[in-house]
Amino acid sequence: MKNIFSLICGLLFGAGLIISQMANPDKVLSFLDILGGWDPSLAFVMGGAVLVTLIAFPLILKRQKPLLDTQFHMPTKKIIDRPLVLGAALFGIGWGLSGYCPGPGITQLGAGLVSGHWADPLMFVIGLFVGSLIYSKLNSTKS
Amino acid sequence: MTDFTPYSALIGGALIGLISAFLLFGLGRVLGISGFVHGLIARDSQFGWRASFLIGLLLAGVIAAFMTEVPYRIVTMPWFQVLAAGLLVGYGTKMGSGCTSGHGVCGLGRRSMRSVVAVSTFMATAIITVYFVRHVF
Repeated sequence: MKNIFSLICGLLFGAGLIISQMANPDKVLSFLDILGGWDPSLAFVMGGAVLVTLIAFPLILKRQKPLLDTQFHMPTKKIIDRPLVLGAALFGIGWGLSGYCPGPGITQLGAGLVSGHWADPLMFVIGLFVGSLIYSKLNSTKS
Repeated sequence: MTDFTPYSALIGGALIGLISAFLLFGLGRVLGISGFVHGLIARDSQFGWRASFLIGLLLAGVIAAFMTEVPYRIVTMPWFQVLAAGLLVGYGTKMGSGCTSGHGVCGLGRRSMRSVVAVSTFMATAIITVYFVRHVF
């Protein structure tokens, strides 16, 4: 049941990425290019999304438990540390280099498998998994 | 270089927010796509629903491409630039515990200070990176 629920969420989230054009890397780069021919559209994507979560999240978290689990699993970390800032900075560089963040890269790969334009998003998705793996390997040897 | 499309952006954005709320309502989890990717690699007990979400995300692209022309990259760049970007995104989101969905859409929604810092940081480095790539080099 959880898996089917999650699959449907993934499908609709992907639809949101395509409708909003967040899945279009050229559009993302135009949004980030504030000193070039700036296209502010994607601020509306973030604005629309955060407006909904700002209202809905507190209401949902008032419930005893989620629909398909016994408890909520919310992040507990509060401290602003070096890995948070450095990690976010590296992610931003990667986002700015390619115009892909994780979700759009994956959805664009799906579209590319049909249209033939799969090579570009595939490079990103390979990097995404390998980059995550490298971090895990480097940091598991320390402990 | 691209047209201003505020209405489709707002509608698509609202859908993204709704689904993030829906996942919290159903599974009690924050919708963080980079977190799902890292979870797949860790192969822990949460593998099933995370893999299902990512398959849904991929299938959304497949289905959409059958129905309409999904915009893809026109302003091309070398493959190694995209690969390097992917490595930075994978490494950075693991280190910083989130990306545009987890920190952006969900973290800001639940008023997390860590997410406010993360979003400000990655927006800033992304804008600076695009500036250097497009206007300096």
